[in-house]
Amino acid sequence: MDALLIPFLDATIRTATPLAYAALGEVVTERSGVINIGLEGIIIAGCLGGLIAAGAGGPTVGFLGGALAGLLMAALFALFVLRLKADAIITGTALTLLGLGLTGTVYRGVFGLEGAALGTPSIAPIALPGLSSLPLVGPVFFTQTVMTYLLYLLVPLLAWWLARTHTGLALRAIGESRTAAHAAGIAVDRIRWGAILFGGVMGGLCGATLVLGQVGTFTEGMSAGRGFIAIAIVVLGRWRVVGTALAALLFGGAFALQYLLQAVGWALPYQLFLALPYLLTLVMLAALRGRAEAPAELASHEG
Amino acid sequence: MTEALLALWDGAFGSSYAIWSATLVRSAPLLLLGLGVALAFRAGVLNIGAEGQFLMGAISATAIAQSMGGTVPSIVMIPVMALVGALAGASWAGIAAWLRQRFGVLEVISTIMLNFIALASISWMVRGPLQEPTRIYPQSAEIPGPAQWPFLIPGQRLHLGFVIGLLACGIAWVVLTRTAIGFRIRAVGASPSAATSAGGIAVAGTVLRVFLVSGACAGLAGAAEVGGVTWALYEGISPGYGYTAIAVALLARLHPGWIIVSAIFFGALEAGASAMQRDAGIPSVVVQVIVALVILGVLAGSQRRVIAGAATLGAEGRR
Amino acid sequence: MSTEPVGVDPRDQEALALEGITVRFGSVTALEGAHCTIRRGTVHAILGENGAGKSTLMRAAFGWLTPDAGTIRVHGAPVRFQSSADAIAQGIGMVHQHFMLIPAMTVTENIALGGQGRFDASTTAARIAEVARKTGLPVDPTARVRDLAISAQQRVEIIKALVREAQILILDEPTAVLTPDQATELLRWVRSFADAGGTVALITHKLREAFTVADYITVLRQGRTVVSAARLALSESHVIEALTGTGTGTGVTPASVEASTVGPTIRIADLATERRMVDHIADAPVLRLDGVSYVDARGVTRLRAVDLAIHPGEILGVIGVEGSGPRELLRILAGRLAPTSGRVTRPDAVGFVPEDRLHDAVIPTFSLTENLALAEGGHARGWMDWSRWWGVTRDLLATADVRAVGPDIPMATLSGGNQQRFVMARERRRATAALIVENPTRGLDLNASARILADLRTFGGNPRPAVVFHSTDLDEVLSVATRVVVCFDGHVAEVQSPLDPNDRTPYTRAMTGSDGAGDVISAERR
Repeated sequence: MDALLIPFLDATIRTATPLAYAALGEVVTERSGVINIGLEGIIIAGCLGGLIAAGAGGPTVGFLGGALAGLLMAALFALFVLRLKADAIITGTALTLLGLGLTGTVYRGVFGLEGAALGTPSIAPIALPGLSSLPLVGPVFFTQTVMTYLLYLLVPLLAWWLARTHTGLALRAIGESRTAAHAAGIAVDRIRWGAILFGGVMGGLCGATLVLGQVGTFTEGMSAGRGFIAIAIVVLGRWRVVGTALAALLFGGAFALQYLLQAVGWALPYQLFLALPYLLTLVMLAALRGRAEAPAELASHEG
Repeated sequence: MTEALLALWDGAFGSSYAIWSATLVRSAPLLLLGLGVALAFRAGVLNIGAEGQFLMGAISATAIAQSMGGTVPSIVMIPVMALVGALAGASWAGIAAWLRQRFGVLEVISTIMLNFIALASISWMVRGPLQEPTRIYPQSAEIPGPAQWPFLIPGQRLHLGFVIGLLACGIAWVVLTRTAIGFRIRAVGASPSAATSAGGIAVAGTVLRVFLVSGACAGLAGAAEVGGVTWALYEGISPGYGYTAIAVALLARLHPGWIIVSAIFFGALEAGASAMQRDAGIPSVVVQVIVALVILGVLAGSQRRVIAGAATLGAEGRR
Repeated sequence: MSTEPVGVDPRDQEALALEGITVRFGSVTALEGAHCTIRRGTVHAILGENGAGKSTLMRAAFGWLTPDAGTIRVHGAPVRFQSSADAIAQGIGMVHQHFMLIPAMTVTENIALGGQGRFDASTTAARIAEVARKTGLPVDPTARVRDLAISAQQRVEIIKALVREAQILILDEPTAVLTPDQATELLRWVRSFADAGGTVALITHKLREAFTVADYITVLRQGRTVVSAARLALSESHVIEALTGTGTGTGVTPASVEASTVGPTIRIADLATERRMVDHIADAPVLRLDGVSYVDARGVTRLRAVDLAIHPGEILGVIGVEGSGPRELLRILAGRLAPTSGRVTRPDAVGFVPEDRLHDAVIPTFSLTENLALAEGGHARGWMDWSRWWGVTRDLLATADVRAVGPDIPMATLSGGNQQRFVMARERRRATAALIVENPTRGLDLNASARILADLRTFGGNPRPAVVFHSTDLDEVLSVATRVVVCFDGHVAEVQSPLDPNDRTPYTRAMTGSDGAGDVISAERR
């Protein structure tokens, strides 16, 4: 039993990690009242940014590169939505197309048609001394990459920041009513810029983690809808930090199920497992009908 | 650089073959897809799922053509393919419409999820039920002769689907400006609250119908692509036509007449980009970058909202 | 400023001074050199019609907009506000007409907004409790704002300003959302706040309020200050003259303004007669509610077993404060809302003029022709005969006296008054049996409002349609209605006309509950 369960749970955490980065970033963006549908484009930019930067300076530089790529994409989004008052949904769609197209073009430009060198630097799991020898929990939670461990710190920190600081309060207020926040002397646009850029950095880290910590190389369109799945994760997590992290686990499980069921030798076509996360997204969104807990300002963007 | 641009131009307009067999052939699906997106946006429906609806149309049209075999005449076969493709696209859009109306699921997300599911479906189809008899290649067998749509000009590859696209744009324009249904679509898109309160218009029903028609346009485009261009089903049948369609619709400012111009522009871009990749080694995905930049450019250049609100035909509706 | 002579009453020192304030929005000039000096420890009323620039002036004082010209001084020192945060830092607090509260958050969170560093809910709550106790404004810091009644929300707004140590309070039409008794209570509090050394700028369009509570009065008209003086130096007629621009000659007589601040051409004295005249028309009703109840999506009961019959030719005035049921009552009569239980008898030919014109009645980007056709959008079939609609629109513009270039221009280009006249005419066109009208003068200036009210009274037809009219302004309702019903806590009851037509007490009583106004606080938590 453990022979199947532990690899499955391990894969769940591993695939959930990049999803959690993107979704937590989106939580902050959406709590400020803006939905960034362009997250997909940010993630793929983070993938390529991570790959190129890691090739130049190793994994640490790679993560910085991924974050920077995400930041730049998010800045473009913020420029259009906040400065030019463009429609957030359409801008986000364009950002996704831009990310997919631009990474494809740059990738082929840099690496030629035969693709990236196989020797992409990557990060290996680190077994935490002591904790990793706990039964079940050890190999699953404490034999992961440093990016997963960072998440363990980031989740409580972010939750605390949203609930217990005035900036966090201001962010939530803007998401509920920008006029009321404005009247309270809050610099609405500055905080929204911050929230969108944070979402960009986190989306970029998601991409970099995907390349450097999970897949080990870059392929065109490798983000494979994770940006949209992350948005669904935020809905499932009820726009709360801890809830979103848990929801990311569920979707990590859906991705990891492919490995488990293939290992069991299930005879179903593998495309069914490919489609599983997307089906799960639809089912989850439908099951969570009613958006009572969504930030009120988001409604102005939703049909 | 100059070399690349020359290759682009040559590929799009450099010869009669480039025009009639490349540019306009690539414009054909964009006409229907762009129209579908524009109609949806007009009614305030953010259907980003044209890609998936296109793929489902292509799968269904292939399946029906294969199963009817070579004995049915074209005059029956082609309308059936078109109808089945349109129905498949409408059903695929219908899932998103149902999720929106029954469960309040944002259609932007659901249609994109359905795009990925459609991709997985086609991947399975060409390796499973629809795979060619030798079971070597991940694609379907060639559809029978009567299912292959007629070319319009001898020696050129421009096919019936292009004419259907032009007709659809014309019909949509008349419907939007001159009929009660079109008026309701515009009213619902511009202001759902006023449409309900002042007009007594059933918003949900209107939105649902437009969503289905939008999907049908995309599904029909998929059928036309199989019948008129590829004659077989394979995974890469759409180089992202469904996403380009968003740019087609926005550049045309959701106006059915301008969609014809805008679709030909992007068709030329796609055709030119393949030539550019072939002749100058520039990757053709650069088209996607251009598509994105066009959308951003339209957004930046418009003070008003591009979708819904501003989508009135204004005084045109009068005479 | 050190120019104040020694020995002067400190209450004469200026708290907030605005000089030569000019504000332009594009080509529109909202304020043109407006000025006013608000002294410490006084209540200063800012009077003016809708659109006169009262709110704009105070927004400039609160840093919400930067004037194109002019100077602002706080306690004598010139300031330049970049945002409301700067004004708050200078001890200025503003309570907006539409509250700036976040319904989903608690009172504590709302009040803590705009702070820095760590946010500690319990410390803030303690501070709120302390301020509430000191100032006599009871609030529960842990309550969610969406669960509070309007008057309690208003107290939260005031405390929000006071917690930030505001010495200068700007109140924008604070009594508009209150019942008459709550309004009296608030004005009493305002007086005591000033007597304790605070400073209040009270924006209002109600003359009575200014003369009851203010020490100083500034009158704005068309963006300019026309009067600014101590209340004792002013007579009511002088102020009315300043408000309307002329004493005579416009058909607006000062006396009528006093009786009804918004409907100047109609005097209450004229109405009692007409109210009696239509009393006996009571034959077969056109609209009828039998035991109608309505529970909204959040589970709040908005209407309780309402019985109501409305007859042809009568103008039924509906009064009642926000949230007590008028909104739902009107929508059920108009067929826009299905009751939870009970029976509604209504003909098809009912027109509806909703409060939020630009959102619910018209499509701003559509042409006038299209907006007229919208009325039949739901059941139109086949082709749209646009040339016919164009002709109908042209005729309607002429008969309803809507000032527009032509049927082709977008609705958004019309003035608010003309938009409303268009909507009224459109609804009247289809409403042969009944017309439901909700707050039709909202956001309109004095003259436009008067014309709308006059239109309401003069609808013709045979039989004349029944009109159901709700306004948050009691005087407007009394100036138009032939019969008055009141909504209170979901109950709807007829108010008997008093013998003295100028006596408003039966109406104000009814709006706060039949057994008087003793228990306002306990009724507040919904």
